[in-house]
Amino acid sequence: MERRSFLKIGAAAGGSLLIPVFGNAIAAEELLNPMAVQFKKSLADAAMNAATKAGASYCDVRIGRYLNQFVTTRDLNVENIVNTESSGVGVRVIANGAYGFCSTNVMTPDSVAAAARQAVAIARANARLQTEPVVLAPVKGVGEVAWATQFKKDWRIVPIKEKAEMLIAANKAGLDAGASFMSSNLFQVNQQKYFASTDGSYIDQDIHRLWAPLTATAVDKATNRFRTRDGLSSPTSMGYEFFDAKESNKIKAAGNVTTLYKGAYDLIEDARAAGRQAREKLTAKTVEPGKYDLVLSPEHLFLTIHESVGHATELDRVLGYEANYAGTSFATLDKWKSKNFKYGSDLVNIVADKTTPGSLGCVGYDDEGVASKRWDLIRNGILVNYQATRDQAAIIGEKESHGCSYADSWSSVQFQRMPNVSLEAGKKPLTPDDMVKDIKKGIYILGRGSYSIDQQRYNFQFGGQLYFEIKNGKITNQLEDVAYQSNTQEFWNACSALCDERDWRMGGSFFDGKGQPSQVSAVSHGSPTTRFNGINVINTARKIG
Amino acid sequence: MKNLSQDEAKRICDKVLSLSKGDQCEVNITGSRKGNIRYARNAVSTAGLIEDTQLTVSVAFGKKQGIASINEFDDKSLEKAVRRAEDLARLAPENPEFMSTPTKQEYKASQTFFQKTADIDPEFRAQVAAYSIENSKKNKLVAAGFFTDSTQFTTIANSNGVFGYQQDTGLDFTVTVRTEDGRGSGWVKRSVGDVSKFDAREASNVAIEKALKSVDAKALEPGRYTVILEPAATSDLLGYMFSGFDARQADEGRSFLSKKGGGNRMGEKLFDEQVNVWADPWDKDVAVLPWDGQNMLARERMDIIKGGKVANLDYSRFWAQKQGKRAVGSPGNIIMAGTNKSTQELIANTKKGVLVTRTWYIRMVDPQSVLLTGLTRDGTFYIENGKIKHPIKNFRFNESPVTMLNNIEELGRPEILAGDESQYQLLIPAMRVRDFNFTSLSDAV
Repeated sequence: MERRSFLKIGAAAGGSLLIPVFGNAIAAEELLNPMAVQFKKSLADAAMNAATKAGASYCDVRIGRYLNQFVTTRDLNVENIVNTESSGVGVRVIANGAYGFCSTNVMTPDSVAAAARQAVAIARANARLQTEPVVLAPVKGVGEVAWATQFKKDWRIVPIKEKAEMLIAANKAGLDAGASFMSSNLFQVNQQKYFASTDGSYIDQDIHRLWAPLTATAVDKATNRFRTRDGLSSPTSMGYEFFDAKESNKIKAAGNVTTLYKGAYDLIEDARAAGRQAREKLTAKTVEPGKYDLVLSPEHLFLTIHESVGHATELDRVLGYEANYAGTSFATLDKWKSKNFKYGSDLVNIVADKTTPGSLGCVGYDDEGVASKRWDLIRNGILVNYQATRDQAAIIGEKESHGCSYADSWSSVQFQRMPNVSLEAGKKPLTPDDMVKDIKKGIYILGRGSYSIDQQRYNFQFGGQLYFEIKNGKITNQLEDVAYQSNTQEFWNACSALCDERDWRMGGSFFDGKGQPSQVSAVSHGSPTTRFNGINVINTARKIG
Repeated sequence: MKNLSQDEAKRICDKVLSLSKGDQCEVNITGSRKGNIRYARNAVSTAGLIEDTQLTVSVAFGKKQGIASINEFDDKSLEKAVRRAEDLARLAPENPEFMSTPTKQEYKASQTFFQKTADIDPEFRAQVAAYSIENSKKNKLVAAGFFTDSTQFTTIANSNGVFGYQQDTGLDFTVTVRTEDGRGSGWVKRSVGDVSKFDAREASNVAIEKALKSVDAKALEPGRYTVILEPAATSDLLGYMFSGFDARQADEGRSFLSKKGGGNRMGEKLFDEQVNVWADPWDKDVAVLPWDGQNMLARERMDIIKGGKVANLDYSRFWAQKQGKRAVGSPGNIIMAGTNKSTQELIANTKKGVLVTRTWYIRMVDPQSVLLTGLTRDGTFYIENGKIKHPIKNFRFNESPVTMLNNIEELGRPEILAGDESQYQLLIPAMRVRDFNFTSLSDAV
C-alpha cells in the first residue's frame, strides 16, 4: 500500500504537512561521523555469543544509524528544517525452530547481549504456538565487506541555505508561471546499516536516497474551481548531483507536451511547467467516458506496476501472512505451478531487481545478508516467480533467497519487502511519438495521480497528473477528469506496444507501507512508455451542494 | 524507560526551559509502552513490546525556529538537545508566518487513562489471539489478526508558562477470518481506550460469522444502490472529509468548502439536516487530550456540522490572526449523532439494498468535490424485503462523503472507532444512504 499518511500536502488535505518521524533531530556537523566498524563488530559479536550461549541455532544483528533531513516550503516561505537521527541494535534469533526479536537503543555489549537473551526467550515462547519450524535457505558468510550507494555530491554537506534557495526558486517559478500556490519539499535519507550473522557475515552498508516532490495549485475564484499539478520527478538513490540536470537528462514527451527527466532533475524548470499546466487544467476539456487506447508514460506507469504486479507477487501475501492488513493475492501458487498463467500479453516481461544503480531498491545485501540479484517474475506474459526471503525460498523450490528482506529501522523486525519491479523495454525501435501515430482514439497519461486497488490486486483505478487526447494518430488537446478502471490480468493482456530502451526510465515510491505495526520502504519501478488497448475510462467530475 | 510521573516530567521541562538562550522555547515529552501480538494462518507470527520516551525542544530567535529531539534524559543530554535546537534555529531562514508561543492555557483534564488497559500483559494478548484462532479452527476457518495496546503520557510546556501533563491508554484489534478455500472473508475492528469495553470473543465471532456467510458471493450489476454502511465502512471517508475542514484552504479557494468569488462556506447547508457532528475532548467514549499538541492551544467542545450546516472550520494560529478569528485547539475526535437503532433494525427497514462491512484503499480522486474511490471488503451482502438475502461480490465505489451525507435516509447506533488512515478518534453511527455509487465489480475476496 502506497501510504498517504506521511505526506499531507496540497489542496483539501488540511494544509498541514506530516513528516515521518524516524528519530531524533541532530546538528548537521554530527552527520558525518560514522560509527567505527570495529565497534559495530564487537557489539554484533557480543549479541551473537549471548544468543548462541542461550541456545539459539541462528542469530543476526542489525546495527543501524538512520540520518534524515527534511526541508519543507510553502510559496516563498521555508516552513521547516528538521534533522533526525536514530541509532540502535536489533537482534533476531531462531531458537526451538521459532523466531524471536528484541531491540535496544543502548549500544553497549551488555545491553545487546541482554537483548539477544530476551530474543531467545521470546523465540522459545513463540515456539509453543509454532506449527512448523523456521528453515532458512542457506547463505554463505561473506566475512567483513562494505557496500555504499554511488554518489558524487553528499547531501549532508550541501548547505541548508542552498537547499532552501533552490526550493524557494522553484516555488517562485511556479507562481510566476500561473500557480496560485506552490509547495516543494526535500527529503534526504542516509541509512548506515551494519549486518552480522552467525553464518559468518559482517556487512557494512551506507545507503543514500533523495526525493523532491512539489505541487502547484491554480485557483479560479470566479468559477470556484481549483486544479493541482504535482512534480514529474522520481525519488532516487543518488547524491545531490541529482539536481544538476543537463540537457542530456531532459526528455521531450510525445508531441512535446512537456519535459520529462532521466538521471537528474531540473526542479525549477518542472515547477515552472507545473504552474503553467495547473492553470491550463482549469479550462481543459472534460473527458468523454468510454474505451480508449492508453499511452502511459513511465512517470505514471510505475505506480500501476507497483500495485498490480509488485504487491501481487509478494510471496508472504500469496501465503496469507498479510491477510489482515494489506491483503492476499490473486497470483496464487497453483497459477504459478501451472507454468501457463497468462498474467499479461506475450510482450510483457517483468523483472525483480536490486542491482540497478540509482534505483531505490539498490543495495549490496538485504537485511538477511543475501547479496542483491535480478530475476524474472513474468516472462513472455507468464507468471514465473515471486519475491522471497530466506525462510520462504524452499516453498517455491528456490535453493537460495531472492534477497527481499528489509526492516525500516533497527527497532523493527525484518520481513519480505518488494525489490524494484520493472517492465522491460520493447525489442523493436519505437519512440513515444511513433506509438501515438497508430492510435485512433486514445489518451496519453503522465505523472502519478489517484491510485486504488483491491486487497487481492484484481480491480484497480488510477489517475495521473496530465492527460492528452489522441485522435487519429495525433495529440490534440489536454483533458481533465480522467481515471481508468481495469482488472490486473485484463490490463496486462491488453499491453500491445512498448517503446524501446531509449525511453526506459524509473519512477518510485518513497513511503511504501506494509505490515503490522506498519513499516515503510522505498522502491523503484522502471518501464518504457507503453500502450494498452481498449481500457475503460471514467469521468470523475462531480458537483456537490 | 518507565513512563514519567507528572512531577518528574515537570522537573525536566523546567530544566530545559532554563537552559534555553532563545527568545522563546517549547518542550514536549512523550513516552509510550506498546505491546502487540500478530498472527496469521492460525499461528502467532510475532509478539513484542516497544518502550520509548522522547523529548522535543523547539527554540526560536525572532522568527527563526529550530527543532531537536533526543531520548536520553541526563542533564548533559538535555543541554545537548537545547543547543542543537538553537543551532538549527540560527541556520533557518526567517519564517514570516512564525507565531509566538501561546500564553498560559487552562487544560481541563479528560478521562483518557484506564488502569485496566495499562495492566494488559503478554498473557492477555496471547488469549486474544487464542480466541480467534481456536474459534476459527473449530469452524474450519483461517484467522489473521493484530492486537496492540498502549499506555502513554504527554507533557507540554513553554517559556510563557504553559504546562500540561496527561496519561492515556488505548487498544486496537483487527482480525480477518477467511475460509480455507479463500471464497469467504470476514473482518472486525475494535478500537477503545478502556479495555472493559472490549470483548475479544464477541469481536472474533463477528468476523467468523461474516466469513461463513460471505461464501459463494453473487455478482450484482454496478450502479447506484441504497446501502447500509456499518461505522467501519464510513470511518475513512469521513476522516478524509473532516481533514479538509481547514479555513485557510477554503479561504484560498482550494477546498470543497471554498465559496464562489472568495471566502468559505461557513454556515451553509451542505448536508442532510439529520447530520450533526461535533468534537468534544471530554466525551466519555472517545476522550482525547484537552490540548492540541501542534499549537498547545486548549481544545473545546465545538460543533462542526449542525443540522446539516457547516458550523466550524479549523483555523491555524497564523490564519486566525490574519482573518481576525479566534484560534482554538484542533479537534482530536469526531462525534456524529445517531439513534438507538441497531444495524439489524436498519436492515429490517430496507426494501432493497447492500450491507457494507468495510471499505478499503480509499484515495482522493478529485479534491474539488471530495470524490473518493475505494472498495468494499470482508462482508458485502444483498438485502431484500428487510432481510439479508445473500453475499455479493465486492464493488469499487466513486463517491463523495458530501453527497453521502446528503443522501442519508436513516441513522443507527454510534460505535467507537478509529479510522485505518485517519487521525481522529471516532464515534459514528451506521447509516442507510440512498444512491451510493458503485462503479465496477471486483473479484477480490
